[in-house]
Amino acid sequence: MVWINYAAWAIAILLLGWCIVDAFRIETTFDHDLLVSSVEGEIEKEIQDHAHTQTQGEGGS
Amino acid sequence: MATEQVAVPSGAVAQPKRLSLLRVLGPMHVWALGVGIVLVGEFMGWNFTVAKGGVFGALVACWFSGILYSCVAMIDSEVSSTVASAGGQYAQAKHILGPLAAFNIALFIIFEYCMLAAGDSLVIGAIVKSLNPVLSPTPFVVLAIAFLAWLNYRGVHTTLTFNFIITAIAFVTILVLIVGAEFWNPGQITHTKELFTQPPGSVDPKMPYGWLGILAALQFGIWYYLGIEGTCQTAEECRSAPRALPVGTMSGLITLLVSATLTWYICTSLVNWITLGESVYPLYDAAVNTGMNWLKVVLWIGTVLSCLASANGCINDASRAWFAMGRDQFIPRWFGGVHPRYKTPYRAILFLVPIMIAFGYTGLLDQVITFSIISGCLIYLIMPLNMIRFRRLYPMDSIRRGYVSPFHPLPSYVLFVFVMLTFVAMYFGYWRNLVAALVFYGLCSVWFVLHRFKYVDRAKLYTMPWPRPKGY
Repeated sequence: MVWINYAAWAIAILLLGWCIVDAFRIETTFDHDLLVSSVEGEIEKEIQDHAHTQTQGEGGS
Repeated sequence: MATEQVAVPSGAVAQPKRLSLLRVLGPMHVWALGVGIVLVGEFMGWNFTVAKGGVFGALVACWFSGILYSCVAMIDSEVSSTVASAGGQYAQAKHILGPLAAFNIALFIIFEYCMLAAGDSLVIGAIVKSLNPVLSPTPFVVLAIAFLAWLNYRGVHTTLTFNFIITAIAFVTILVLIVGAEFWNPGQITHTKELFTQPPGSVDPKMPYGWLGILAALQFGIWYYLGIEGTCQTAEECRSAPRALPVGTMSGLITLLVSATLTWYICTSLVNWITLGESVYPLYDAAVNTGMNWLKVVLWIGTVLSCLASANGCINDASRAWFAMGRDQFIPRWFGGVHPRYKTPYRAILFLVPIMIAFGYTGLLDQVITFSIISGCLIYLIMPLNMIRFRRLYPMDSIRRGYVSPFHPLPSYVLFVFVMLTFVAMYFGYWRNLVAALVFYGLCSVWFVLHRFKYVDRAKLYTMPWPRPKGY
């Protein structure tokens, strides 16, 4: 049964290793500025823009 | 999707102009996140209320905490359906109370969920070891966190769909126990009447220590619902936050109120109150007392799945709070990175994994969980202030709300009083932990004010397209 302990270690290392390799690939492929380009409030802005467009549409018709 | 593409020369990799988290979640995922984190509290932990307050004291603590969390859910639903941003209560506090309160709340969230994830993985390790003493718990503690971190890394939709499935199965196992124990046929398998009766020469199991015992039970009553506030961490990833968050949070709370009461009933009807008050796995022990082996297997599966679901949700929530802090430069901006393919906060997820494993590695389950609970209660202490100020700064009709909390400001006052009572109860049992936590958070605040805040770009801190708050 001891082999199950080793199997658990191996799978854990494999999963975390995959994440680290993928993260390294992303870091070397994409610009840092792009990766941290997310900003708060995009959803609200979209909703407001949508509401504004609808209001304009109703006013124009 | 908010991600925009730019034209690039042929042969080059097309890179979007801006990355954002993926907006794919619905009420089902919000429910899965909230209930998934919490349901483990039904499988273990809540039963210490029985040791303190007796069987009736446990029920009072269950419903008392139910009221407390109903207030949490109402406040959270209104504010987070308006401040639809990753970080949940952190983002709310940033806009309403200011940067220092936001920084503290983010730390509370991160430690609450990191510690809870570590605690869950510790329990998974212990359960695996109970199968065969040859099995070591440590590799399974690490494997649980590694697998769930990998899942979270790969995408929020798969993560929370997986959480929905395992949470639903865990919830159904409680119902299976109740039906299997023939709740409609009292005295056959369940022994409510006998177990609630005072034996000659012994204390009354209903309320052995009177009202003081009930007060002491309050600190464990919150196990029934601790973590439901995590639903609002997904705000930025919902297809429609104003709809998904209130529906998911409220339906989650109703599920928990029902499952908490059912859990109390079936456990107190099957297990002697003294045994129940010391049990590590109360629902499993209740299944053992039915004498049915298939029910033992079902509840064993339910216990493991509830731990997995809780740890999964915790990794999701802690990483969103860390990501949101990074995005605002409360910690290095690097942590605000979004994976260009999976649209997850991959740097925050990877950074928190060793911290969770380290806490899991200590093996100090009680200390880890106590710190998590204290951190959670500190969030609830700030939430009423947040809500009252939110209504003052942004009165009704000044900004669009997805949900309006009824009876305002009553839920805020009730929440504040109930949390203070819980802190009093906690002080009796864990005053050292409480003081240590307050000192730790105090030192972090000093570091933030004296050192870190000068790196924060205040012009970029508030990007919500909102009107100016009232009075400013």
